[in-house]
Amino acid sequence: MERIPILRMGRLLLVTVQVDMHDRLALALQDDLTTRISQTGARGVLLDISSVEIVDSFMGRTISNIAAMARVLDAETVVVGMRPAVAITLVELGLSLSGVRTALNVEKGMLLLRHATDDADDTLDAGAMSPPGDANDSPQT
Amino acid sequence: MQVRSSYDVMAVRQEVRAWAIAQGLSLVDQTKIVTAASELARNTLQHGNGGTALLEALQNGARKGLRLTFEDQGPGIADITLALRDGYTTAQGLGLGLGGSKRLVNEFDIWSRQGEGTRVTVTRWT
Repeated sequence: MERIPILRMGRLLLVTVQVDMHDRLALALQDDLTTRISQTGARGVLLDISSVEIVDSFMGRTISNIAAMARVLDAETVVVGMRPAVAITLVELGLSLSGVRTALNVEKGMLLLRHATDDADDTLDAGAMSPPGDANDSPQT
Repeated sequence: MQVRSSYDVMAVRQEVRAWAIAQGLSLVDQTKIVTAASELARNTLQHGNGGTALLEALQNGARKGLRLTFEDQGPGIADITLALRDGYTTAQGLGLGLGGSKRLVNEFDIWSRQGEGTRVTVTRWT
């Protein structure tokens, strides 16, 4: 069966959907992406849908699922490049993709992901740099 | 057109897109009717156990339109009002298919009888 390619760029995974997705292809992408996140420890997923001509409720749900699954695996998802006609139709259909981060284009999406993942790492680093003694302090009895 | 698999749903989308362009619908209107077609074709497949899609090019004076009819011989819909409500679903979907499609077209007509099947007709005008 055909597959949508997933590219790795450092700690990010890049997915560009360039075909009209039938339902099984969308589900396969969902599975492949979660597997790749867990294998690579990716911190971010950039989903480029600029070539996608329609998003119906099934595809919309798949996008939401991907973002939710990635979040559970400690990765942020940004959907980029949605066409204006697709955005209008999605909202009229009743889907707002709540909980899914979006950016206008790949460049802005990359920036958003870098910020999101850097912030998370800064917090980790700050924790690691605290004086070693602190962690070993045991409560006085 | 036959609607028997998710590939057929995709084929319906592509055919509806081609017809919508031929009828001179704007890009936004094309997107709306193709999305509605996708929802309705999926309903035909999932709820009606498959069926057919009929495309008709319409002309009313200077206005052109595209009418789509989705028909199945499935179990039918027990409560159409309920089925049209957002968030109501008997499958694992979002429950946006019928109500959402209605909002994406100019005319919407549904006929269903339990045990006989369902027929949904939608039209989008230029």
